[in-house]
Amino acid sequence: MALIVADRLTKTFPGETRPAVDQVSFEIKQGEFVVLLGPSGCGKTTLLKMINRLYEPTAGQLLIDGVDARSVPATELRRRIGYVIQQTGLFPHLTVEQNIAVVPQLLKWDRRRIEARIDELLDLVDLPRSYRKRHPRQLSGGEQQRVGLARALAADPTLMLMDEPFGALDAITRARLQDELLRIQQRLHKTILFVTHDVDEALRLADRLLIMRAGRIVQFDTPLAVLAEPADDFVRDLLGADDVLRRLSLLTVADALASNGASERLAENGAQETLKPGDTLREALIRVLRAGGQALPVVADGRNVGEIAPDTIASALTRKTHALPD
Amino acid sequence: MIDLLIDAYQYFLANQSRFWTAATQHLWISSAALAISIAAGLPLGVWTAHEARIGQWAINLFGALRLVPSLAVLFLVQPYLGIGTTPALVALTLLAIPPVLIATYAGVRSVDSGVREAARGMGMTAGQILWRVELPLALPSIVGGVRTAAVEVIASATLAAFIGGGGLGIFITRGYALFDTRIMLVGAIPVALLALMAELSLGWMQRRLASGLGAAT
Repeated sequence: MALIVADRLTKTFPGETRPAVDQVSFEIKQGEFVVLLGPSGCGKTTLLKMINRLYEPTAGQLLIDGVDARSVPATELRRRIGYVIQQTGLFPHLTVEQNIAVVPQLLKWDRRRIEARIDELLDLVDLPRSYRKRHPRQLSGGEQQRVGLARALAADPTLMLMDEPFGALDAITRARLQDELLRIQQRLHKTILFVTHDVDEALRLADRLLIMRAGRIVQFDTPLAVLAEPADDFVRDLLGADDVLRRLSLLTVADALASNGASERLAENGAQETLKPGDTLREALIRVLRAGGQALPVVADGRNVGEIAPDTIASALTRKTHALPD
Repeated sequence: MIDLLIDAYQYFLANQSRFWTAATQHLWISSAALAISIAAGLPLGVWTAHEARIGQWAINLFGALRLVPSLAVLFLVQPYLGIGTTPALVALTLLAIPPVLIATYAGVRSVDSGVREAARGMGMTAGQILWRVELPLALPSIVGGVRTAAVEVIASATLAAFIGGGGLGIFITRGYALFDTRIMLVGAIPVALLALMAELSLGWMQRRLASGLGAAT
């Protein structure tokens, strides 16, 4: 069942002639990680804010879990949807634990349940429990956004809306939080709508990319499919689809081996460098080149499951590019 | 100079009962004016802060009103309210509302837009956003406005004596009428001390609140 169904959703702001979001229709399944990508002003944030009704649609319909979003009071709807924004929006006058407790309190959970939930969430976002009594200003930017994430997850919503949550962080912190988010998503299987204008972030996180331009959806597909067959020149330019390294970063060593039919044999001992099936082909290429262009063995569970050479990577690239389903 | 102070002190000793009556009246009228101005200025400030269009206009109006000298306000209300405590109270209240209102407006407006958006996005009602987010965050600014208002009211309450409103100003008007500086000092010094106490205590409170928000520990 589709969790979110938008039907010709439109938003025209007062005093504007051109709609910010123009008759957009799509379906998002339960547990999908969808990244809304596009240049600024394309309507991606407006679309996101129509989901939790921070903006009321001018026209069109929005179903969440089969229920018309307008049929419930906006405040009630929002309490069931996690919301994370770039500036974190943490309440500076409240401690970390009080910030996390906001939505459970609005939902009138009892104290003991809230207390237990706070510990659970701090563990989940990898913050020490000793942070409970701290104020947001005493935390680093990355830590603040971890609290923001914990706060959004507090009442265990099935749907999470994230508006450029890592946009204000430095590159290293951003990459770490992306990893954390993926790890958390693997555990919790939320439905996530994530707005960004960072292409690498989008490719890294998304199950599916929803690419927007001037209020309309240009393409809505998996990162690999979008990269392999961009809908038009706009998408091609936006993603840098001709960027080979970018495509390699979406393929894994396992993808390349599947076609290679390499026979299994026991891993040889030695100091030689090895690859794991989960490594990206981009990483593999770098390591192969560093090893002077010679093939590197792939080891899984102590067994040698094949090898990666420059031409293995090249053939994986052409195959994945041209053999995609329509 | 010292002689003058000693003389003033002796006048105070000789007129203690009258002094304490006047001082009590001074404090009462100042507190009442301050309480009413908070009761009116705070909700008005919140309202103007939320009404973006009317807000700026209203703030400019009240800002301009602050430029009217307190003595002028006292004499302006007199034709309508006569003489005595009531017109003095009205005039002092009118004087104290603008600083409270403007400080409330500024405090509520200064709440980070991201904080307000997060509050809405998490499903707080307008009332919950006001009481749990906006007012706590605006509190240091509001206390600052009350501080300004308090100092102004305590000092201006002296003028109430001119329209028969009583207070410590009676010693100043009497001293002025009799060309007796020591009588004037019996009124002026306590007023200055009261204003200073209000300034220091409310200023201390404002800093405490602000550093609580800054949480620099």
